[in-house]
Amino acid sequence: MRNIWIICRKEIRSYFVSPVAYLLLALFAILFGYFYYSLVSSFVRYGMAMQMRGEMAPMNVNEDLLRPLLSNAGVIALFLLPMITMRLFAEEKRAGTIELMVTSPIRDFEIVLGKWLASVLLYAAMLFLPALNLIWLFKYGNPDWKPLAVGYLGLLLQAGGLLAIGAFISTLTRNQIVAGGATFGVALLLWVAGWASGGGYDDGIATQVFSYLSLVTHYESYAKGVFSLKDGVFYLSMIFLGLFLTTRSLESLRWRS
Amino acid sequence: MITVNQLTKRYARNTAVDAISFEVQKGQIVGFLGPNGAGKTTTMRMLTCFMPPTSGTATVAGFDVLENPMEVKRRIGYLPETPPLYLEMRTAEYLEFVGQIKGLRGSELSKRVEYVLERCAVADVKDKVMGKLSKGYRQRVGLAQAIIHNPEVLILDEPTSGLDPKQINETRDLIKSLAGDHTIILSTHILPEVEQTCEQVVIIAKGKLVATDSVSNLQHRARGGGSVRVEVGSRNGTLSSAMVQERLGRVAGVTRVVVKETQSTSSVFEVEGQPDQLNRGDLARAVVESGWDLSELRTSAVSLEEVFLQLTGADEANPNLNLSAGAETKAAPSNGRQS
Repeated sequence: MRNIWIICRKEIRSYFVSPVAYLLLALFAILFGYFYYSLVSSFVRYGMAMQMRGEMAPMNVNEDLLRPLLSNAGVIALFLLPMITMRLFAEEKRAGTIELMVTSPIRDFEIVLGKWLASVLLYAAMLFLPALNLIWLFKYGNPDWKPLAVGYLGLLLQAGGLLAIGAFISTLTRNQIVAGGATFGVALLLWVAGWASGGGYDDGIATQVFSYLSLVTHYESYAKGVFSLKDGVFYLSMIFLGLFLTTRSLESLRWRS
Repeated sequence: MITVNQLTKRYARNTAVDAISFEVQKGQIVGFLGPNGAGKTTTMRMLTCFMPPTSGTATVAGFDVLENPMEVKRRIGYLPETPPLYLEMRTAEYLEFVGQIKGLRGSELSKRVEYVLERCAVADVKDKVMGKLSKGYRQRVGLAQAIIHNPEVLILDEPTSGLDPKQINETRDLIKSLAGDHTIILSTHILPEVEQTCEQVVIIAKGKLVATDSVSNLQHRARGGGSVRVEVGSRNGTLSSAMVQERLGRVAGVTRVVVKETQSTSSVFEVEGQPDQLNRGDLARAVVESGWDLSELRTSAVSLEEVFLQLTGADEANPNLNLSAGAETKAAPSNGRQS
């Protein structure tokens, strides 16, 4: 277990000595800030309009503001996650440092877990930095923190699955651009897979499978603040599958190269 | 320390390493010699557990590379052809990381980092980002990472490739100084390197083992018989090479005299004969007593280069050649001495 932590620390260090980490943190903060601003202002405008008309429709910060905000954050993540994982193995293969890694007395799954953990931690940092914006909601409003926490947990689970798949794709090539592009394609596919359901009118078996694979459908309950075991299991099995494939692919490097 | 038995690596279309067997004793420096693409790197990668052999076995310090890779990895320091450096890291930080993944902890780790920084003369760049280091420094940092966990066996893949002559000498001296504590295998296609650093040579070509012996034995064996270079001069300018040739041919133990160069006042001859019967004193006396001047007389040392060409060239002509017989050197096509 020490080895996992050693690899993880080294990966995090290399994220932060290159511009990648800063770029990702900044991009995510800007996009999240923009969504936050526009959602808050429309929420406030809607509230004022209600007041002027003298209506008292029920409004809820969690339902009407945080839920779309977190859903959007999940979609932005789809676009940014490939940038986190593309270098994980591709760069080591190109630079030849993979030879050092696999000829050291550490196990393949320790390398894989360490690298994946580092990518999850970087994503967590991206997620929690702009979450500071939400302080204002707590200062001037009264949102419930529990659904919010569940929503963030869902984001982390969803990203964990994508990062594991990204890590796997990164073992397949020595070209970072290829790894990043392919990961983005897969992420996009998993996102739009849910659209096949056509709003629930079509419920053929293929459609059901596709919409089950969709990342977005699984995130819905988390966005609502409901902890869903079924969707959690989906994400966990995605993480497991991704990491398993990564480990096998790393092993196979030796047979192939 | 290292035993390789019938080690083979086969790919879909070609065989990179074909049934190689050799042994390395503890504390030796062994040169792994062969032209580019001969299978040196593949063999080394199998020894370091980077890739498994298709068939055959290799044991390092008593542990099999397939059955006990963890134990083997713990005992091996490996420097691949390009030093495996994370160019964005600083030297000391990198060595610390490598030490950690090799299993060093705490005060032992920091002691070893200090030690290898000094030992490999990279202490002055320990806070530099490695991307900014020169090739020579990178190579030395590569060596430093290979020895950080004080491995019993060091495997170095072309440790001097791409360095300038000064750096090559420094690196060689460093490798030689490491020999006492470690068993070293180094691969190279540069012959003088083997002559200068190694005690034992393993020559492979096209994936096959061509020869394995000590450097001096190999030179001796390739020579076949003794060969002496004799330069004979004449002050009055009337020197007939044929006469000299005839006279030298009568000296005891001489089997053949070849005229190498003829000038008006001096000629160079190459005298071949049985190594234990050919006496240089006899040759000198024969020349002087005949009234000629003896300008030069020396045993021509066969460079490993020639040995190498003979061995690998012979291999090409006759793949089943058994070198341990030791008599086929005369049949070698690319033998410079017969020109």
